[in-house]
Amino acid sequence: MNVVVETDYSPGLWALAWRRLRRDRVAMVSLIVVCAYVVTVLAAVTGLIAADWSREAGVNYAPPVFVGADKTAPETRPQALPVPATEIGIVDPLADVMRELRNGLADAPAPPARASVLPLGGDKWGRDVLKKAVKGTETSLVVGLVAALLAVFIGTVLGAYAGYYGGRMDDFLNWLYSVFTAIPYLLLVLAIAAVLNQKGTLTVIIILGLTGWTGIFRLVRAEYLKHRTREYVLAADAIGASNARRMFAHIFPNVSHVVLVQLSLHVVLFIKSEVILSFLGFGVGVDTVSWGSMLNESQAELILGKWWQLAAATVAMAVLVTAFSLFTDALRDALDPKLK
Amino acid sequence: MLSYILRRLFQFIPTLLGVVLLVFVLFNWIGGDPAYLLAGKMSNPEQIANIRTQLGVDQPYYMQLWIFITQIVTGDFGASWATNEKVSTLFATRLVPSLTVLVPMLILSTLITMGLALWVAYRRGTLTDRFIMIGCTVGQSISILVYIIVFQYVFAFQLGWFPVQGWGQDFWINLTKFSVLPILVGVAVSLAPDTRLYRTFFLDEIHQDYVRTARAKGMGEARVMGVHVLRNAAIPIVTNVMIQLPALLAGAFLIERFFSIPGIGREVLLAVERSDFPVIKAVTIYVAMATLVVNLLADILYKAIDPRVQLK
Repeated sequence: MNVVVETDYSPGLWALAWRRLRRDRVAMVSLIVVCAYVVTVLAAVTGLIAADWSREAGVNYAPPVFVGADKTAPETRPQALPVPATEIGIVDPLADVMRELRNGLADAPAPPARASVLPLGGDKWGRDVLKKAVKGTETSLVVGLVAALLAVFIGTVLGAYAGYYGGRMDDFLNWLYSVFTAIPYLLLVLAIAAVLNQKGTLTVIIILGLTGWTGIFRLVRAEYLKHRTREYVLAADAIGASNARRMFAHIFPNVSHVVLVQLSLHVVLFIKSEVILSFLGFGVGVDTVSWGSMLNESQAELILGKWWQLAAATVAMAVLVTAFSLFTDALRDALDPKLK
Repeated sequence: MLSYILRRLFQFIPTLLGVVLLVFVLFNWIGGDPAYLLAGKMSNPEQIANIRTQLGVDQPYYMQLWIFITQIVTGDFGASWATNEKVSTLFATRLVPSLTVLVPMLILSTLITMGLALWVAYRRGTLTDRFIMIGCTVGQSISILVYIIVFQYVFAFQLGWFPVQGWGQDFWINLTKFSVLPILVGVAVSLAPDTRLYRTFFLDEIHQDYVRTARAKGMGEARVMGVHVLRNAAIPIVTNVMIQLPALLAGAFLIERFFSIPGIGREVLLAVERSDFPVIKAVTIYVAMATLVVNLLADILYKAIDPRVQLK
């Protein structure tokens, strides 16, 4: 039999926040959507799904199932070249070679049949748009998350040092902050992309992480300024805790809710930036799918009336970003101690 | 007031030097010797040697920095590595097309979003407010690329209301024919984020004492919201628009690229694609300088309007 024990200690910030989040229906739905995306991405990373996205599974521009096969489309890839196997005998010096080749080809398996429709349609080469969208999700979410972690790490450490030490350290880091914010964000990103001059997922992560720390720095610095003279920090000083220990073991847990909200906010920001960078061709490499590269391809497809790749990339991105943004808003409200 | 301006200027100069240093480190140190890049663009080794002496690649870093600072002060960044056009003329010719689109876009979007935000702020807490706010979140989640692609496809390609892209010589034709759709796209894109932002500005004002006083003396709601609240919230809104302008100048590159508008943003993209460092350097430095100056002006304007403002 279960015994419910009544406790009289007051719940902590996280427990309270979770309780508030549970009550918020929009937040819970958003959380479920985000979790579904994360599960999909984990499955894609481990190769369980969409590993064969680059296979030409359907005919070129295969329409989605619910649209139905395109009857008017001409057969885009002839099955075999109709070469008459006539022998012209001794005159042809390559006759033996040709015969050997032809015999070799005769045994070769026929190319796999290509489907006339695909779940969400196919692209120019007949690759499955659904699988591409899944791989694009993987790229965007991984880039967004890792870049946000990097930016949050840089912003938190610099903000902690500036706010905790104050004085010259603060002046210097504030100067660095004002220098980075003087250059418009996307211009700075493009300038760094031009200098590095190499594509790739890692490059995008580094560019976004190194440029995106400023907002977090500002907020964390303000929090540390507030906390450094609090009594618990003085008590930690009295028992001989080092500066680093006071900063990261004592103060950090008390400002971590700010950091968490910023992390969530920056994932969204970086996903959007990655899509634009990849669209322009400064982002992930050519062998990686991104929503940005899908949008780039869909521009030409749309004029031909093939709208499905555009729709798939747009919906995949909009649902994730909306859910993430709504969840971030709810998280911020839930973690606001003033709302208790 | 004068001491405020002087102290604010005192902050301005180190930041400006920092920006110069950052751009210098990026392009001269991380970017390294351009000979490798240039070899792919020019067949003439003499030309490459010229550019290298011009940049002072063989000289120590402090000399290179000095050359860079002279370039900024004189505005002479030499010629583009890709087209050999002088960077200064390139700037001068690209500015007008950019502004032809940007200025009407900013005015229109500010007026529309201000009205919408005021209305939403007035209906705060109601279902309308919640729906519009969720609508804004969804609207913000759709990539700006999708807005441009869909608008261009539907209104220009399918319906034929506007030219798909293009740009002419005549200012009026550009403004009334080629700029209309880009302006509409720009307004549509800024609708969601700006409405959210301006709504918070209005909400900050709505709870002020003067609003209660105005209501207490029997003033109509329309006058309270449309005159008192609007005028006070207009200060952060106008400064926000001012601060956005330099960033938009380079940031409108997507719109300029899609609609083939020969503006500064498109030039930045071309320069990044071609590793055309002089152009990117010049754009980055001057846009950053413009941002700093506009921020300075906005702060002074703030101080002039509200004398309580203190220097942080």
